[in-house]
Amino acid sequence: MTPEEVLRGLFDETLVGNGPRVLELTHEGLGLGMEPQTMLFEALIPSLEEVGARFERGDFFVPEMLIAGRAMAGAMEVLRPLLAETGVETIGKFLMGTVKGDVHDIGKNLVNIMLEGAGFEVIDLGVQVAPETFIAKIQEHQPDIVGFSAFLTTTMPMFKANINALQKAGMRDDVIVMVGGAPVTQEYADAVGADGYAADASGCVRRAKDLLATRRAKVPA
Amino acid sequence: MSETTPATPLHTSIRSASREVVIGSDLPFCVIGERLNPTGRRIFQEQIKAGDLSAIERDVKAQVLGGADVLDVNMGVPLVDEAELLAKVITMVQGMTDLPICIDSSVVEALEAGLSVYQGRALVNSITAEDERLEQVLPLVKKYDAAVVALPNDVDEIPMEAEKRLELVEKIVRVATQEYGIAIEDIVIDPLAMPIGADQATGISTLATMRGIRETWGMNMTCGASNVSFGMPGRHELNGAWLAMAMTAGLSSAIMDARTPSVVAAVRAADLLLGHDEWGMAWISRHREMQRAAEEAAAQAPAGVS
Repeated sequence: MTPEEVLRGLFDETLVGNGPRVLELTHEGLGLGMEPQTMLFEALIPSLEEVGARFERGDFFVPEMLIAGRAMAGAMEVLRPLLAETGVETIGKFLMGTVKGDVHDIGKNLVNIMLEGAGFEVIDLGVQVAPETFIAKIQEHQPDIVGFSAFLTTTMPMFKANINALQKAGMRDDVIVMVGGAPVTQEYADAVGADGYAADASGCVRRAKDLLATRRAKVPA
Repeated sequence: MSETTPATPLHTSIRSASREVVIGSDLPFCVIGERLNPTGRRIFQEQIKAGDLSAIERDVKAQVLGGADVLDVNMGVPLVDEAELLAKVITMVQGMTDLPICIDSSVVEALEAGLSVYQGRALVNSITAEDERLEQVLPLVKKYDAAVVALPNDVDEIPMEAEKRLELVEKIVRVATQEYGIAIEDIVIDPLAMPIGADQATGISTLATMRGIRETWGMNMTCGASNVSFGMPGRHELNGAWLAMAMTAGLSSAIMDARTPSVVAAVRAADLLLGHDEWGMAWISRHREMQRAAEEAAAQAPAGVS
C-alpha cells in the first residue's frame, strides 16, 4: 500500500465504522513510516467531521456515529502514545460530565465522540458528577473547557451550583464552561453564566473551537 | 419466552370530571398523547414564554382526533414558573377535552400545583426508586387520590439488567403501599424504554422487565414509546413495532405519538390480535372513520388535483 492508499482507507473505513480494518490500516501506516499526526489530521479527523456533517443533515443515524467513534477510538489507542512522544498537541482538552442528580448519558456520549473526532482530548467523568468532583478533576487535568450535561429540568440548576463552586475555588477564569442537554436553552446557559451552549453535538464542536480560539487570542502564549 | 402464569391483571382508574379511563393489560391499550411537552420544541417554548398558548389548542385537537385516551401535560420550560404554568395549562386543557390528564413534571411544586387544580383523578408522572423522590411525591399522590407512574432507576444509575430493575420495582411497591398506603393498582410502572440505536440489547432487557412485572405483580405499565426510535430513521415504524411487541409482554399504556395514524394503528391492531377487541369492532370502526375522513378530505380538495 502507498501512504495515500492508507489515508484514503482510514478515511473510508472510519466513515463506515469498520474498527478492525481501521486498526489494521493504522499499523500498516506506521509500518510504512507514516507520521501519527498525518494519519490523525489527514484521515481520522476529516472522516469524523464527515460523519458529523452527515448526522447533522439527517443522512447518518445514531448507530453510525457510535461505530465511527469506536473505530477512531481504536486507532487512537495506538496513536495517542506516539503523538505524546512527538509532542503533538491535541487542539484542546475537554472535561465532560453529567451533573449530580442526573444519570442520563446518551447525548453526552455522542458529544464526546464528535469532540474526539474533532481532535479534542476528552476526559469523561460519567454521570452523577458532584461539584467537588468537577473541581478536583479540573485541578488534576487542567482542561481548556469543562462541559456540564443535564437531561432534566430539575438537575439543570446544578450548572449554577457547579459554576458557583468554580468561583468559590477561584478557578472560574481558568476554564471555559459549556452546558448542554435536552431541556437546556441558550437563554438558560446565559442566565447561569456559562460561556457556551449548543443544541447538538456538531454545534458543540463548533462552539468549543470558537470559544477556544477567542480565549487563546486574548491570552498571550 | 417464559411460560410462567401471569398474575391477575390489575386495573388502574383515572378520570376527568366526566370520563373514566381504566388501564389494564386485559383491556384495550391506553394511548397517552405525548405532544403537550415543550422539551426539544424551541418554537413552542418561545410561544409559551411570550404567553402565547395557542399551540396547545391545536395539539389537543390533533391528539383527540388521532385517538388519544389520555393526554400527558408537561410544561418544563427553563426559566418559567413551571408550577403556575402547569396549573394554568391543565385548567385550559380540561376546558377543551374530557380526556383524563397525566400530570408530568420533575418539579414537585409543579406536580402539586397541577394536582390542586385538576378535576378528577389524575395520573402523576413520575417517581423513581430514589428515596428523596418517593418522600416528596408519594404524599401528594395519597393526598389527591391519584395514580402514579414509577421508573425503576435510582440515584446511581439507570440499570440495564432486568433483575436490577425488578429489584427497584419491588422497592417502589413496598414503600408506596406499606409506608404511604397507596394501592398497588394505582402504581403504573415505566420499565424504561431506551433508544435502540444506542444499544441493541436494551429492547430485550426492557421486555424481560415487563414480563417480570406482569408475572410477579400484574401491575399496569407505561413507557415513553418514542424514546425507542431516537436517532434512527423510520421512527413511526419502529415505534409501532415496539409497541406491539411490548404489548405481548404486558405493556398496557404508553406515552406516545397519538397524532400519527400508523403508530396508533399498531396498538389497535395488537389489541385485536391479543383478544382485547371483541369481534374487531373497534378496529372496524377505526377503519370507517379513516375512510370517512379521507373522503371528506378528497371532497374538499381543489378541482383538478387528483
